[in-house]
Amino acid sequence: MKILVFVKQVPDTDDVALDPKTGRLVREGVESKLNPVDANAVEAAVQLKEKHGGTVGVVSMGPPQAEDVLKKALALGCDESYLLSDRPLGGADTLATAYTLSLAARRIGGYDLLLFGRNAVDGDTAQTGPATAAFLGIPQVTLASSIDVEDGWVICERRLEDRTQKVRARMPALVTVTAEMNKPRYPKPVDIVKALKKPRHAWTAQDLGADPSRIGMNGSPTSTRGLMEPRKRKADTKYFQGQPREIAAQIADLLHDERLI
Amino acid sequence: MAQEDCKGIWVFAEQQDGKLNDTVFEILARALDLKNHSGEEITAVLLGKGVTALAPALFEYGAEAVIVAENDALAQYSARPYEKALTQLVQKHRPSILLYGATSLGRDLAPRVMVSLRTGLTADAVDLGFDEDGVFCQTTPAYGGSVLARIAILEKRPQMVTVRPKMFDPVEPRSGASGRMIAETVDIAADGDYEVLETMARQDHGGSIEDADILVSGGRGIKSEEDLKRLDELAALLGGRLAASRPLVDSGWLPHDRQIGQSGTTVKPKYIFNVAISGSVQYQVGMQKAGCIISVNHTKGAPIFDISHYGAVADYRALIPALIEEIRRRKA
Repeated sequence: MKILVFVKQVPDTDDVALDPKTGRLVREGVESKLNPVDANAVEAAVQLKEKHGGTVGVVSMGPPQAEDVLKKALALGCDESYLLSDRPLGGADTLATAYTLSLAARRIGGYDLLLFGRNAVDGDTAQTGPATAAFLGIPQVTLASSIDVEDGWVICERRLEDRTQKVRARMPALVTVTAEMNKPRYPKPVDIVKALKKPRHAWTAQDLGADPSRIGMNGSPTSTRGLMEPRKRKADTKYFQGQPREIAAQIADLLHDERLI
Repeated sequence: MAQEDCKGIWVFAEQQDGKLNDTVFEILARALDLKNHSGEEITAVLLGKGVTALAPALFEYGAEAVIVAENDALAQYSARPYEKALTQLVQKHRPSILLYGATSLGRDLAPRVMVSLRTGLTADAVDLGFDEDGVFCQTTPAYGGSVLARIAILEKRPQMVTVRPKMFDPVEPRSGASGRMIAETVDIAADGDYEVLETMARQDHGGSIEDADILVSGGRGIKSEEDLKRLDELAALLGGRLAASRPLVDSGWLPHDRQIGQSGTTVKPKYIFNVAISGSVQYQVGMQKAGCIISVNHTKGAPIFDISHYGAVADYRALIPALIEEIRRRKA
C-alpha cells in the first residue's frame, strides 16, 4: 500500500499580533512548527504501514524552510519526502494549493491513500483536503476519528455534530483526520539520524508541469482585503465579593433569580 | 464563471433525513440583508429525495425561489453526487453568490464544488456584507481567531462562502409565504465508491455543547481530572453540559467536540460558567455570544473578565465545591 501524507508548516503560536501601523501580521521572532493535527495524519499513515505494509511519502508545499517539517515527518516514520517550493507557488489560496498538491500526487503516482490533517491552524479553512480529492476525482472521508483499510476500502469513523458515522470509501481515497485518531509518537534520536538518509525530493512549479495561471496568487480567486483585530465585547463586569462560601451564596442567589435552581 | 450575467443569492438548503439544518434559516436571514443592498433574488437550493415538502419553510424564512432537485442518488449525502448536482444547477442558473452552512456537511461539500466550478470559497465566515466600494466581503477568523481577515472573490463567480453556525438570528417566519418553485432534473449516478455503513446518534457526554442552554467550561487552570468531575457535577446540577477550552482537550481529558473556540465549536448558550479559563482570543470568539457569562479565575487581570457579566476572583477548588453544596442545599 502506498500512502501519501500532506503536511503544512505553520507559525508556532495561535496568538499572532498585527502591526498597528501597517495592519500586517508581525512575523519576526515567530517560530514555525508542524501543523498539530498533521502530526496525527503522519502517525495514522505510519501505523497503517506498520499494520499492512507499504510505504509512506510525505508532501509539503511552502518556503524552503518547510523542509524542517518534512524532516520531522521522516523521523516519525515516513519513507520519502517531497517539498513543493517555488516563488510562483506563493500566496496560493485553497484552490491553487489543492491544484498544486494534486499535481504532486499525480507525479508521485500509484497512491492508494492520501491523508491530511482536518485543518491548518493558521488559515483554518479545512478546504485543502476535500479540494485535492476533487481535483483527483477520488472519494473523500473528512473528519475521520479512526481509520483502517480492508480489501481495497478505507474504513473510518466520523464524528459529526449530532451523529457518528461509520463509512467506507474505495481506494484510492483521501481522508482528513482529527486529533482524536491517535497520539503522535515522539521521534527517537536514532530515528532522527536515520531520517537524514531517507530520499528527499524538491520540486518546482515547472517540475510539476503546473499551468502558471492556476498556481500561487494568479490561481487564487480569493484575495485578502485586510486584517483586523477582533472586536472585543467590553462588559461592565459585576464582581462577587468575599470568601468562597459567600461568593457561592451570591452565585446561587443569581441562579435562583434566573430560575435556574 | 465570469462576472457577466451572474446574479442572484443562493443558499444551500442543507437537509439530512428530511430535516433542514438550522444554519439554513440563519443564512437566509443574512441573505435578506444582502438583498437590501444588491436587490438580488434569494434562492434556496434543495437537494435530496422526497424533500420538496421542505420548500414552504424556506419561503417562510425568506427564500423567494426554491430550486429542488430530487434524485435517488441524493437520498443520503455523499460528496461526489452532491458536488455534481450542485455544479450542474449553478452552471445552468449562474448565481452570483452561493452560501453554505459551515457544518461538517457544508465543509465537506463546498470545497469540491469550488474545484468543479473553479471559483473562490471563503471558509467559516463570521460576517458577510458589501463594503463601501460595493464589493461583497466575507470576514473570517485566522490564526485561531486572533485576527480576522476580510476576504473578497473579485473575478470568479459564484462567490462561495461557508458561514459559521449561530452567527445570525433567523427572521420571524412569515406563515403561509410562498414563491417560485423550480423543479430541476440532475444527471448524476450514485457513488459506488463511498458508503455510509452505520449512523449512530451521539450520546457521549450528554449531547452536543452546541445546542446546550447552560455550559460549565473548564480551562488550563483546572488541575486534575478529579476537579473536572466536579465541574461535570455542577453542569449536571444546573441541567447543563460540560465544555472546555483547548488545553484540556489537548491534554486528552475531554474529546474535541467539547472544545469551545475557533478551532472547536462556537456556542451561544443562555448561561456559561468559565472556570479557570484565562480567555484567549480564540476562546472568546467561540463563546462571546452567550447570554450571561459568569467567570471564575484566581487572576484579577484575566482577559476573560473583560467579556464577563459576572466575575469571581477566587480559587475554583474552594469555590466550586461550595457552590455545589449551596445549590444542593437550596434544591433540597
